[in-house]
Amino acid sequence: MYETIYHRPSSVDEAVALFGKGSDSKYLAGGHTLIPVMKQRLAAPSDVIDLGKIKELIGIEASGDTLTIKAATTYFDIMQSADVKKSIPAIAYLTSVLGDPAVRYRGTIGGSIANNDPAADFPAALVSLGATVKTNKRSIAADDFFKGLFTTALEDGEIITQVSFPVPAKAGYEKMRHPASRFALTGVFVTKTKAGDVRVAATGASQNGVMRVPVIETALKANWSAGALDSVKVSDSGMLADIHGSAAYRANLVKVMAQRAVTAAG
Amino acid sequence: MSTIKLTVNGKAVSADVEDRTLLVHLLRENLNLTGTHVGCDTSQCGACVVHIDGRAVKSCTVLAGQAAGSNVTTIEGISKGDELHPMQLAFRDNHGLQCGYCTPGMIMSSIDIVHRHAGKLDEETVRQELEGNICRCTGYHNIVKAVLDAAGRMKVSQAAE
Repeated sequence: MYETIYHRPSSVDEAVALFGKGSDSKYLAGGHTLIPVMKQRLAAPSDVIDLGKIKELIGIEASGDTLTIKAATTYFDIMQSADVKKSIPAIAYLTSVLGDPAVRYRGTIGGSIANNDPAADFPAALVSLGATVKTNKRSIAADDFFKGLFTTALEDGEIITQVSFPVPAKAGYEKMRHPASRFALTGVFVTKTKAGDVRVAATGASQNGVMRVPVIETALKANWSAGALDSVKVSDSGMLADIHGSAAYRANLVKVMAQRAVTAAG
Repeated sequence: MSTIKLTVNGKAVSADVEDRTLLVHLLRENLNLTGTHVGCDTSQCGACVVHIDGRAVKSCTVLAGQAAGSNVTTIEGISKGDELHPMQLAFRDNHGLQCGYCTPGMIMSSIDIVHRHAGKLDEETVRQELEGNICRCTGYHNIVKAVLDAAGRMKVSQAAE
């Protein structure tokens, strides 16, 4: 790891000010992406601004039809939250199959979506549930937030403060878990909104990161059941292909994971 | 350079380290607590697991600065003098180690697992929960036996306190 200067601000405003002072600053949340990348010398920020102990960024609130998770809340705290289990149990399940117990104690929802790894779990939940990302400057719809591989709508120095999820009628998540990295080889989140709309998002599938799957949405809107997808074919055009699986394999996984997710959602 | 102040194994300590220092290096190189191991150095193997404020985390993926002000417990801090922690005793009695490299991390993770699943731990849960700790010798069988054994012993020792 190259040399860096570590800062631990106690408020979002202080963090933004520190960020602006560094020549090449980076925000640190749980550190389970940034620190490994710094160790590999693929990132060499002049200043690391730790958001992990900022109280206004930690916590979970459920009110009426909205579940709000603040950005520096850890996966473990999300997984354990009675509010999450009650309002959107699929999110509690998603965090329970994310990483391993030690990673879940450190990793945060804000860190996951700011990084936008093409195989991360949370981007699929945000897009499928139609969540809203709030930052220190504005609100961004999940559909507009994720801009492709490791790219988001965030501007330099902008901080995610919270994510708000509309509570759905039904939601489910299933993934084919890579046994070593525990990332999603492919994962699918399915949502039936209270208004009857169906939104389906896949991670670990497209070369452009998280994606909606219209062909599955149409089929599930007509008939919310795993069987409704039996004859659906997901195109392999633009799908990731690597040593873990071909584009065609991943396209098929999108369908199979969607079927399992619908079954899980009930 | 920064001065990092934290509590390690119940003692207040302070060290002057570069900001890029990882917690595992602070423990091993500045505090000479070499029981915590570096295995893969990529947060996968779990040889470096310590407790920060009671939570079992991978100290190779935590900056020393992030742990400032926290309570850190390492493998050196769990016995009471010569009296081993029930988890250590269970690993010994069940032959839960061979080369021993992964053992400090296994034990620190396992104590956390027992705390989180107090009174309702089964074999499947132990196997699932240990997925972040890799052992290349034992095939895990005796480690799982040890954790289940220790879960019973920890319940008894808590009841006695």
